[in-house]
Amino acid sequence: MADKSHGIGGLSFDSSKRQWPNEINVFFALILIVVIFEILGAMVMGQSFLFDSNDRFDSIFNEARLRIIILQVAIIGIIAIGVTQVIITAGIDLSSGSVLGATAMIVMSFAQVAEVNGNPNPKALFGPAFLDLPVIIPILVGLAVGTLAGVINGALVAFARIPPFIVTLGMMLFARGVALWWSDGRPVSFPTETYGLIGKGMTPVYIFIALAILFHFIMKYTVYGKHTYAIGSNEDAARMSGINVARHLVLVYAIAGMLAGLSAIVITSKNLTAQSGMGFTYELEAIAMAVIGGVSLFGGRGSIIGTVIGALIIGVITSGFTFLRLGAYYQEMALGCIIVGAVALDQWQQKRAASRS
Amino acid sequence: MSDIILETKNLTKHYGGVHALEGADFILKRGEHVAIMGDNGAGKSTFVRQITGVEQRTRGTVIFDGEEVNFSGPIDAREAGIETVFQTLALADHLDVPDNLFLGREIFKFRLGPFSILDYKAMRKATLAGLEKTAVKIPNINNTIQNMSGGQRQCVAIARTATFASKLTIMDEPTAALGVQETAQVENIIRTLKEQGESLILVSHNMRQVFDLVDRIVVFRRGRIVANLDVKDTDGQDVVAYITGAKTGAEFEGAA
Repeated sequence: MADKSHGIGGLSFDSSKRQWPNEINVFFALILIVVIFEILGAMVMGQSFLFDSNDRFDSIFNEARLRIIILQVAIIGIIAIGVTQVIITAGIDLSSGSVLGATAMIVMSFAQVAEVNGNPNPKALFGPAFLDLPVIIPILVGLAVGTLAGVINGALVAFARIPPFIVTLGMMLFARGVALWWSDGRPVSFPTETYGLIGKGMTPVYIFIALAILFHFIMKYTVYGKHTYAIGSNEDAARMSGINVARHLVLVYAIAGMLAGLSAIVITSKNLTAQSGMGFTYELEAIAMAVIGGVSLFGGRGSIIGTVIGALIIGVITSGFTFLRLGAYYQEMALGCIIVGAVALDQWQQKRAASRS
Repeated sequence: MSDIILETKNLTKHYGGVHALEGADFILKRGEHVAIMGDNGAGKSTFVRQITGVEQRTRGTVIFDGEEVNFSGPIDAREAGIETVFQTLALADHLDVPDNLFLGREIFKFRLGPFSILDYKAMRKATLAGLEKTAVKIPNINNTIQNMSGGQRQCVAIARTATFASKLTIMDEPTAALGVQETAQVENIIRTLKEQGESLILVSHNMRQVFDLVDRIVVFRRGRIVANLDVKDTDGQDVVAYITGAKTGAEFEGAA
């Protein structure tokens, strides 16, 4: 008989099997990339990448660059928070960029002013009853449109049992069509002054950070998060445990849609206009942020913090290539390599962990 | 309170024209450990599925804990106090031990619909108590299931039973995929459950294990119960004879 003081199967506690949080690896990758740009900066440009080498700021950092890095990933980052949750359920959302586009057009037509420089708004889409509306109306419309798209995605995945890839591919094409059809492809512009405040300056960053903290908490400490991980980890086990899997999936896709709708509000407010091409390929960038951040496409693994770090990695690389005055095409090549590399590294680590146990 | 925890009368399940289970009359006393044996396709798993509400029976009655029950699903059965350790482990690989034990019946600090806040501390405490009760030793309960051996996983699945003070435990071939030492551990846990007076239905193909662990053996063949044997009055050869159909219990004459 096995000694009872040992673990089951004669295994005692093995601290080498303790898990190293994946986010730490991703964070080290971020630091490494920053260090590479610092070295290249010192060698090629003769200045620092993230530190204030020209005494332009009060702090030791180059604040302008830090701001740009986070600002340029904030809006896609909001989408990525939702996409992360979908991927953790072992699903995928290809529709978020197009949903942003469609929502942008719809939301903007409820945010227009009546008069521009004393003349009637030349871009007004609807009659005067829809102009100069209080800011809460376009916000609610935007959240509702995004949520609706998400609920349709979720219902088709959960109840019609159509693979998420196909459902959201369909929604991607459909929503882009809606974006073009809404105003016959013409941009919708001139929002009210209050509406313009939503995406002004660094506000998108604050919204992104607030949402990241909120959803980090939700994923880690609420039953919603627990069930999201459980469904991605083993859907049958989740079902047998009494989780209403279909209802939960609809909720996850609805939240992802709502966040896409919210990012549409932020981007139209920031740009003070809506165009039907808005959000093009954002879904892929959002997925890239999650994947670089260690979210497994097979479900069950990953976190909001990982995705935020993934977003920062993309921001740092984009900004770093601009800093080094390298063309945008090098940037895309590097990002492509990093995405594949991140997944390859993750797979290798998983295999190694599996062979140890 | 009667001393019968589970009774089925004329329990029958047809899948279209296939009579998977025909008129099963079965009685389990409180604290009794009963093995269900039979060849593949004899109706063992079908029988278990009718009791646990995984499937809806064609006809017959199930009386659990003195009351006639009609479970609409496994969740109902679990809430009534029937815990099942499934052949395919119902565990989420990426979650740790307390998360798995409490999956679908979490303890909350604060209720707010789907965003109710989990009470990790209470769940951890209850998990440790449950593990202690079953004498299950897991090196680190905060480890995720994917880092555990098959035996440890099976033990986690069994530990659910003890954690939730169930009235009846059903195990469907709990050691089928385990090694020798791990099987011994699981059998130890089953003995612990016996000492604590837990009622158990064990579906198993392992003759030695069955004779070691249970009080009574019920043999299924072709969807019918063909024997109800006290382990003290029977032996392996006898049981095999019933399983293969060479023999049929006197009281079940004409059944098969």
